[in-house]
Amino acid sequence: MSTRLARGGRLIDRTKPITVTFNGRRMAGYLGDTLASAVLANDQMMVGRSFKYHRPRGVVASGAEEPNALVGLGTGGRFEPNQRMTTTEAFDGAETASQNHWPSLEFDIGAINNKFGRLLPGGFYYKTFMWPRSFWKHVYEPIIRQSAGLGKVPTDRDADRYEQAYAFADVAVVGAGIAGLTAALGAAKAGKRVIVLEMTPACGGRAVVDGITIDGQGADAWVAAAVEALRGMDNVTLMTRTMATGLYDHGYLMAAERIADHTPGDGRPKQRLWRIRAGEVITATGAIERTLSFAGNDIPGVMLAAAVRDYVVNYGVSIGDRTVIVTNNDDAYRTALALLDAGLRVPAVIDARANVTGALAQAVRDRGVRVLAGHGVAKVHGGKRVTGVAICAQAGEGAMIEEIACDCVAMSGGWSPVVHLWSHCGGKLNWDETSAMFRPDPQRPPLGADGRGMVRAVGSANGMLTADAVLADAHAAFGSGAAPATDAPAEAAMEPVWIMPQGAGPKLRMKMWLDPQNDVKVSDVQLAAREGYESVEHTKRYTTLGMATDQGKMSNINGLAVLSNALHQPIPATGTTTFRPPYTPLNFGAIAGEARGEIFQPLRRTPIHDWHETHGVEWEPVGLWRRPFCYRRPGESTEAAVNREVRNTRQNLGLLDASTLGKILVKGPDAGKFLDMLYTGVMSTLAVGKCRYGLMCNEQGFLSDDGVVVRLSEDSWLCHTTSGGADRIHGWMEDWLQCEWWDWKVHTANLTEQFAQIAVVGPNARKLLEKLGGMDVSKETLPFMAFAEGTLGGFDARVFRISFSGELSYEIAVPASQGRAFWEKLHDAGQEFGLMPYGTECLHILRAEKGFIMIGDETDGTVIPQDLNMAWAISKKKADYLGKRGQERSYLASADRWKLVGLETLDGSVLPDGVYAVAPGVNANGQRNVQGRVTSTYFSPTLGRGIAMGLVKHGPDRMGEVLDFPGDNGKIHQARIVDQVFFDKEGAKNDA
Amino acid sequence: MPDTVSALNGKTYAGFVDIAEAGLQGMITLRGDLASAALAKAVKAAVGTKVPDQRRIVTAGGKSALWMSPDELLLLVPYVEAPGIAAQLSESLSGEHAMAVNVSDARAMFRIKGAKASQALQKLAPVDFASLGDDEVRRSRIAQVAGALWKSGPQEFTLVSFRSVAGYVMGLLESSARPGSEIA
Repeated sequence: MSTRLARGGRLIDRTKPITVTFNGRRMAGYLGDTLASAVLANDQMMVGRSFKYHRPRGVVASGAEEPNALVGLGTGGRFEPNQRMTTTEAFDGAETASQNHWPSLEFDIGAINNKFGRLLPGGFYYKTFMWPRSFWKHVYEPIIRQSAGLGKVPTDRDADRYEQAYAFADVAVVGAGIAGLTAALGAAKAGKRVIVLEMTPACGGRAVVDGITIDGQGADAWVAAAVEALRGMDNVTLMTRTMATGLYDHGYLMAAERIADHTPGDGRPKQRLWRIRAGEVITATGAIERTLSFAGNDIPGVMLAAAVRDYVVNYGVSIGDRTVIVTNNDDAYRTALALLDAGLRVPAVIDARANVTGALAQAVRDRGVRVLAGHGVAKVHGGKRVTGVAICAQAGEGAMIEEIACDCVAMSGGWSPVVHLWSHCGGKLNWDETSAMFRPDPQRPPLGADGRGMVRAVGSANGMLTADAVLADAHAAFGSGAAPATDAPAEAAMEPVWIMPQGAGPKLRMKMWLDPQNDVKVSDVQLAAREGYESVEHTKRYTTLGMATDQGKMSNINGLAVLSNALHQPIPATGTTTFRPPYTPLNFGAIAGEARGEIFQPLRRTPIHDWHETHGVEWEPVGLWRRPFCYRRPGESTEAAVNREVRNTRQNLGLLDASTLGKILVKGPDAGKFLDMLYTGVMSTLAVGKCRYGLMCNEQGFLSDDGVVVRLSEDSWLCHTTSGGADRIHGWMEDWLQCEWWDWKVHTANLTEQFAQIAVVGPNARKLLEKLGGMDVSKETLPFMAFAEGTLGGFDARVFRISFSGELSYEIAVPASQGRAFWEKLHDAGQEFGLMPYGTECLHILRAEKGFIMIGDETDGTVIPQDLNMAWAISKKKADYLGKRGQERSYLASADRWKLVGLETLDGSVLPDGVYAVAPGVNANGQRNVQGRVTSTYFSPTLGRGIAMGLVKHGPDRMGEVLDFPGDNGKIHQARIVDQVFFDKEGAKNDA
Repeated sequence: MPDTVSALNGKTYAGFVDIAEAGLQGMITLRGDLASAALAKAVKAAVGTKVPDQRRIVTAGGKSALWMSPDELLLLVPYVEAPGIAAQLSESLSGEHAMAVNVSDARAMFRIKGAKASQALQKLAPVDFASLGDDEVRRSRIAQVAGALWKSGPQEFTLVSFRSVAGYVMGLLESSARPGSEIA
């Protein structure tokens, strides 16, 4: 059984007991435990089930490479699925639950898949669910969806908060093992600004577990001194609990700091995502131990040798009383020594190498342990727990030589440098034959902005697998003089072992797990190779090898070695799959950072926003603004409110917050010339104090924006844009001025937010302005399309006599800080004239009744002004304007284009928006031919019936024709083509 | 003079640093040839400073000039004086290719005060505060919106955003200055 030893555990604090629960069972642990060490201390070896066969799964590793030990952690708003027990700190009261089983971990229905394992080989999904096609939607997909996914989706809103922060450094060192610390000290002493990132709470990495000495002191003491030295330097920031998850272009390093994961609810942010810009990144990310592929290597109790050592040394936890060690290298002998030191039994070390000569092996022999050279494991006995191993010759086919009873198997297939960060941004790898591993190629690093390498790998991450080599390599990065010295013994060469025993037949290979979470076995990869999968990327997707939540950290190298052997090619010819960020999964909360709730997205408010809010507003999003859609009175429906606003504005007086309209000042000697290029019409000839409506097109000729242009003075114009177009059009202007017409003397300024703009609209508009007083707003002094500046009712006002409604209308701009007061003054003073505020829907109906187009309704990026019968707004005299040549292309100049017309249903109903008018026959795809579509459609309270505009082929030539518009449920709407101006065709009201 | 109200009417928040919307501030955008003698003379007359160097702020007698881009300055003056100074600038630069326009109402201004003021900002703007000069202006991104900031005192930063997003910026600052979220 696995248990807590009476002594030991360098990371736990035995004076601080905690309690965690696993599937409801209370378990005693200590502060400093991980969830994995805490449950292992309580003999909870089995922690989950595999994805496909639902086989029992135990803890295999002690770090980020753990594929099995995933739990749901917490409850309610703090529930998180797929938490890796080996890297999650235990805390008092932590509630955990295992995943992927039903009804319980101990008894699981899905395990029946295990019995049919031969029917579920690699590529099973692809083979089975291909046919018949109709089964996809109704049979296969629901079944797959039900069985897919390991963890449960949280049901509550996340109770925690998250944030992000930016940091800058000359050098970012990833990993605070002895390599990272050595490199960081060197960089810091060289005067660099250094950030050190360590994913665990404690620094030191493997060296402190292995118990080597550095510069004459124990690794523990050396690490403590190094950390203290770094913390004492102003140019160094050392962050623990911080996982560097991804490296991107130009030294952009992403790292997730776990702030309150282990202290939930203490008021601190749960996590902080660091966005670091580093001049150079040093990856001191260590190495990951590989499994060995022998039959039954997935049975709980079979673990990585270094992990077994970690649990004993770091947490005082023994995995079993009797541990058999299986290895192809010297490092695993350290586990034997650690276990012996803790008073545990090591019945034998099974070493696949024929000659075992290393000093570590000798030390183990000297302690009376049998070392079986040239041997392997034929099979592991046990179901939910290891009970023993059958031993065979590694060179043979698996005939049993003897059986050894044990409750733990510690395996080591060698080490793989953690090359993820190196590879994220394009660093290349070399295959190292001696150590059978991919390691960074220093000649082909990821390149920075200057074309030079921006990453250096040091230590084990660079393929240095002994302490002396690690220290020398890391010291060389920045240091001068002698590297720290160590007494670590020399190690004999490892021997690559991809299958154990090497001649194992199909029966054994079917029980050799490569990816224990996704249930990918040696036989599956070999089958894929036989079926013609040669690319490692294809094999990965076909077999799901390395697609589990550990992202192949443990299985990758073994899998591609098996694939290479099956393809009879060397491993480098097969290559690796792509290493993509994040290194370990990132919490969505950390990715979102502060962007949630009220500050999920910027909300743009006009100066009058708060008034609307307290007056029954129904909001409509317009870009990032909110504009009033309408103002509902108590008990009033939206529809009734809109109709009331329309009728009142036509009959009395309406007030509109038009502050969101773009207002761009264009000034300079060449401003007139510039505007003549931007607009289809002529703006340079506009008289000072006058307004003119204009259209803007892109180079292709398509309509982009519209608005009223005002000539403010001899050399300055004010361009009104649509609400959504202000920033885009300002950028468009600057683009042309900076990149194309850089020698034109024009300045622009976006004054959109400088002014609150209010439209006073309706027959009583002039009366209200005259009541306010201060400016002559008479028809004679301020005629239609004129502009005046002055003081209106005490406010600094610019008054534009423009109309988007067909009514007598003034748009008045005042400084934004006076906007609210001005609105209220108008609102109060206008009561005697029947004033009511109105919203955007009323605005739309008013303009549609007048046949005015709306950018975004009548236009969609494929419409030119000519389509909208707006040739009158296009100057024929000008040599050029943006869009002119585009509009001359044959297709845009064609007489067959759909053109704007009014549409009137025969029964007075409202046409559905966006419906198409059908034409006889079908097109090449067998679809019904069409000849037009609806672009705007409303109920007109003024006329008491539906009105619409649409684009129809040869539309203006077909007045009076009736078109069929098929709608939902087979209904056909019939509408007659009419003039697009439905109300006050002669414009009398406008000109009042 | 009618009621004039700044975007958030002086809203404050006390977190691990103090946040305050700074009220109405006169601001003038001045575009033109920053190397020209005429512009230098006009700036001197308007705010009493020289033309600032790239990314710098210069202050004299409560008025400042901030470098915004190779052809643009932002002048800070008392709110009530802004229209007059803008008109004066336009007048004195009438023979030049230049533009002076009052943008006081298009902006919101915030002060972030306290020993850890840079920490509150470090979470929102990709700015290296350790290397930010005492007289340096940084135009940057404040989470999802544009902004400009500079050190306005020993433990104080001033931040300018557009007026319409003042509520959003205040929300950001409240969030990043919440007690307990100090960067260790």
